[in-house]
Amino acid sequence: MNIRHKTILPWLLVSPYIIHLLVFVAFPILFSLVLTFNKWNIISPMEYIGLSNYSRILHDRQFWKAVGNTLIFLSIHIPLQIIVAISLAEILNQKIKLRPFFRGAFFLPVIVSGVVVSILWQQLLGFDTGIFNRMLTSIGLGRIGWLIDPNWAMPSIAIMATWKNVGLYIVLFLVGLQTVPKAYYEAADIEGATKWQKFWHITLPMINPTIFMVVILSTIGGFSLFIEPYVMTGGGPLNSTLSAVLYIYKQAFFYYHMGYSATLGIFFAMIILFVIIIQKKFIEK
Amino acid sequence: MFIYPFVWMLSASLAPESELATLTVIPSEITFENYQVLLDKIPIGRALLNSVIVASSVTLGVLVFGSMIGYALSRLEFRGRDTIFYIILFTMTLPFHITLIPNYILMVKFGWVDTYAALIIPYMINAFAIIMFRQYFKSIPQDLIDAAKIDGCGELRIIFQILWPNSIPALVTIGIITFMASWNEVLWPLIVIRDEQLMTMPQLVTLFAVGGRAESQLGVKLASAVLLALPILVAYMFFQKYFIQSMASSGLKE
Repeated sequence: MNIRHKTILPWLLVSPYIIHLLVFVAFPILFSLVLTFNKWNIISPMEYIGLSNYSRILHDRQFWKAVGNTLIFLSIHIPLQIIVAISLAEILNQKIKLRPFFRGAFFLPVIVSGVVVSILWQQLLGFDTGIFNRMLTSIGLGRIGWLIDPNWAMPSIAIMATWKNVGLYIVLFLVGLQTVPKAYYEAADIEGATKWQKFWHITLPMINPTIFMVVILSTIGGFSLFIEPYVMTGGGPLNSTLSAVLYIYKQAFFYYHMGYSATLGIFFAMIILFVIIIQKKFIEK
Repeated sequence: MFIYPFVWMLSASLAPESELATLTVIPSEITFENYQVLLDKIPIGRALLNSVIVASSVTLGVLVFGSMIGYALSRLEFRGRDTIFYIILFTMTLPFHITLIPNYILMVKFGWVDTYAALIIPYMINAFAIIMFRQYFKSIPQDLIDAAKIDGCGELRIIFQILWPNSIPALVTIGIITFMASWNEVLWPLIVIRDEQLMTMPQLVTLFAVGGRAESQLGVKLASAVLLALPILVAYMFFQKYFIQSMASSGLKE
């Protein structure tokens, strides 16, 4: 009795996880695969259409537009994020005095909902009365259509996302910077190394794991971008801010193309994993 | 740079509509008109209540189930334990894009659309929380558990009466991350909730800002954003240190 009890009990404890895994993870993945071969709007019966969803995706200009938009977002967001976060972390690492205050302030946008940040920045980036354009005109420059010019809309969102997330990465880099042994810098001082040399040859290699993590988290963030374009631009102008998740959402809940949106989901997931593998190769060098 | 936009948002929401175009910091007069309009138009109080119910239930579920499963994985010997652990790690790497649509269909089939169940139940188990609890429980001395067993404690009592009081940092960290993530979640509510009375705060504010109901009154839009930001900002003021530590540790683990 007691032995039987002992073998069943652990399974009882983990049973909530098993149920959750089967219902909300395993089944959805399998069902997702089934959906990719079907056309379905939930209401009428499912219709088998073979590989149509797959061939459609390859010719879907909006799908490729969303992939391209995300890559534009990442190519601005990731370098900007790393440079700003490392610089601010370096400054905070030296001037101890007001560190908790600044760290707390940088962290503010991290904890606030993306909805708040989007509504707020929509005003700051407004064409006629936004603070940014008011500053530009006050120093005699022309206005920029931050959110209404197709060339500027995605970069604007990338800048905003950097503002929102950078506080978290400052803290992560601060942790990273504090793991660098002081003796390394002292040795470099004796050799007469400049500040820049010390940063390039000591600091950077030591915080490489943190950089890698920031790249991965930002990449996933970029492919998960949804509420920012949803609130600020609705994906426009000219689909220039159509993101991966926004496109899945539109296909599923504007047009009720469940089969096609499931296919999109799987394709985007594969692209994410592919991009991360490439980044891993690149950074490890 | 990081605080000013929030200050501007607050003062703009309190300023008369006509002043928004020129406002920099302090409006000439303070008016609560925008908030009045907002309260008349959308059930923001109800949304606040919904958000509290959803985020608290999700957090409680994650803590209870996470510690049960984390305990089994760290302290009990049974066949298949390592397999489950690796499955958990594997599921953490899966992008949510794959399961989004089929999970919505599940909600439809379960009849959970427009219920709290859709917002709470799928989120009550969190792989990340399980892993964190597993790590933390491993650091607790086995003697403590053995002593409790000799006193005749069952496994559940061991978890909630012996381990919990000794795991405050883990509970706080996981609690804050879970609560915040649930509070700020907006995509899933947009998908599964259509009834305005059941909407969470971020969802209601989003639909208000995007749909025509704000009628391009910027002040009212900003007022809704202020109300949405307020609860989490208040919590942040009191628990700033824990917020930063929690978020940092969550980032480092991933």
